[in-house]
Amino acid sequence: MGRLDRVHIDKVAKRYGTERALAGVSLELERGTMCALLGHNGAGKTTLLGVVSTLVRPNSGSVTYRSGDAKLTGEAVRREIGLLAHASLCYGELSAIENLELVAGLYGVAASVSAVLDQVGLEPRARTRAARTYSRGMLQRLALARALLTKPSLLLLDEPFTGLDRGGALALGEQLGALKTDGTIVVVVTHDLEAIAGRTDHVAILKRGKLVCEEHSELPHTYDQLKDLYHRNAA
Amino acid sequence: MLRHALRIAWKDLRIEVRSKEIFMTMAFFGALLVVIYSFAFPNDAAAIRGSVPGMLWVSLAFTGTIALGRAFDRERENDTMRALLLAPVPRLAVFVGKAIAMAALILGVAVVVVPLLALWMNAPLFAFPLELVVSIAAGAFGIAIIGSVFAATLLKARSRDVLLPVVLYPILLPLFVAGTKCTAGLVAEHPNLEAAHYWMSFLGIYDAAFLVLSLWVFESLVIE
Repeated sequence: MGRLDRVHIDKVAKRYGTERALAGVSLELERGTMCALLGHNGAGKTTLLGVVSTLVRPNSGSVTYRSGDAKLTGEAVRREIGLLAHASLCYGELSAIENLELVAGLYGVAASVSAVLDQVGLEPRARTRAARTYSRGMLQRLALARALLTKPSLLLLDEPFTGLDRGGALALGEQLGALKTDGTIVVVVTHDLEAIAGRTDHVAILKRGKLVCEEHSELPHTYDQLKDLYHRNAA
Repeated sequence: MLRHALRIAWKDLRIEVRSKEIFMTMAFFGALLVVIYSFAFPNDAAAIRGSVPGMLWVSLAFTGTIALGRAFDRERENDTMRALLLAPVPRLAVFVGKAIAMAALILGVAVVVVPLLALWMNAPLFAFPLELVVSIAAGAFGIAIIGSVFAATLLKARSRDVLLPVVLYPILLPLFVAGTKCTAGLVAEHPNLEAAHYWMSFLGIYDAAFLVLSLWVFESLVIE
C-alpha cells in the first residue's frame, strides 16, 4: 500500500444528539497541499478532523482515501494518518522516548526517535523524563513528534501552534511547509493566521457545521488574504 | 493481533509499575475488606466455610471495578485512547491488550486477598490450590473482558464512576455466582470437586462467550 494522494470528503454530516456538528461538508484534499481549516469555535472543525482521522463515524456522507487508483481502507488508511489533537495523545508516566517507541512499535516503523525529537526541538535532557513533568510547549513538541514519527502522508493538526512561543510557531510553520513540498497532505485547524501565512494554498471555512467558503490558490495565501477571507466568511 | 495486544498490555503494566497507583489502591482496599469481614461475620468454622467464597468474590468484584475505572481514566487524561484507536493495528488488539492488563491486576490483588482471607478467617482456601487458581484466573479474565468493554464505552460519559458498577455487576452476576459456588465446593467440610469442576467449566464458557461478543461489539462501541 502506498502513500495517500487524495482524500475525498463527500457530504459528511454529524450530529451529537440534537446538536448539529457538520452539515453535508464536501472537500477534496490533494497531496502536496496545505489546507487551512478555519472557523469560529464550535464551527465543526475538530469534528471534521475526527471524521477524516477515522475516529468519528459520520451520520451520513463518506470519506474516500486514494493512493493512485487504489482505494485504501481500515488499517492501511490509519497507517498514513498523523494526528496532532488538542490533547497530547501521550502517556504522562512514560518519557518522550518511551512514548515514541510505543508508537513506532504499534505502527511497525523503525523510525529514529532521537531524530524526530531533534526535528521538533525537544531538548535532550527532557527526553528521558516522564512527560507529565513537561511544560505545555514541551508537551506540544512531543505531540508533534508523535504525529511526525511515522512519516504520515496525511497530517491532521488541530491548533498545532498552541503553547509554542513565536519562534517555535514560525519554525513549525516552516516544517509544515517543507512537509507539503515533500508531498504530504497537511490539514491545519488554527486561529493563528500569521503562522500559516505564506504556506497554505487551500482555505476552507466552516460556519455552524457548513462549508461557507473554499478557496484554492496557485500561490500560498498571504496573511492579509487569510485575514480578509476569515473576516468575510466566518463572522 | 496478539503481538499488538501484548504490547498494549505491557504498556499498561509498565505505567502501573511506575505509578503503583491502581495496584496499591486495589490491594489496600482488598485488605481492608478482609478486616471488615473479620469483624462483620461470625467466627466459627462452619460459618466461615459458608461465607468465605462470597467474601473472596465480592473482594475481586470491588477491587476489579477500581482497576477498570482508573485504568480507562488514564486513557482519557491525554486522550490516549484515540491514539490507540488511530494506530494501524486491529482495534480489537486495543481491547484485548487492556483486558490482559486488567486481568493481571485482578490476579495480583487475588495474590494479596486470598492468603489474607486464609489467615484472618482461618479458611481452608488452599485445600485444592490448582482448582482455586484456575477458578480465580477464569473469574479475573471474565471481569476484565466484560469490564473493559463497558469501561471503554463509558469513557466519555460524565458519571462513568457511578455508571460502571451499575451496568457491570448485573452482567457479571452469573460469573460471581459461578465463582462463589466453585469456591464453596472447594472449601466445604466435605469438598465437592465435581461441583467445583462444573462451575469452573461454566466460568470458562462464560468467558469464551463474552470474549466473542466483546470482540464483535468493541469497535462499534468506542468509535464516536
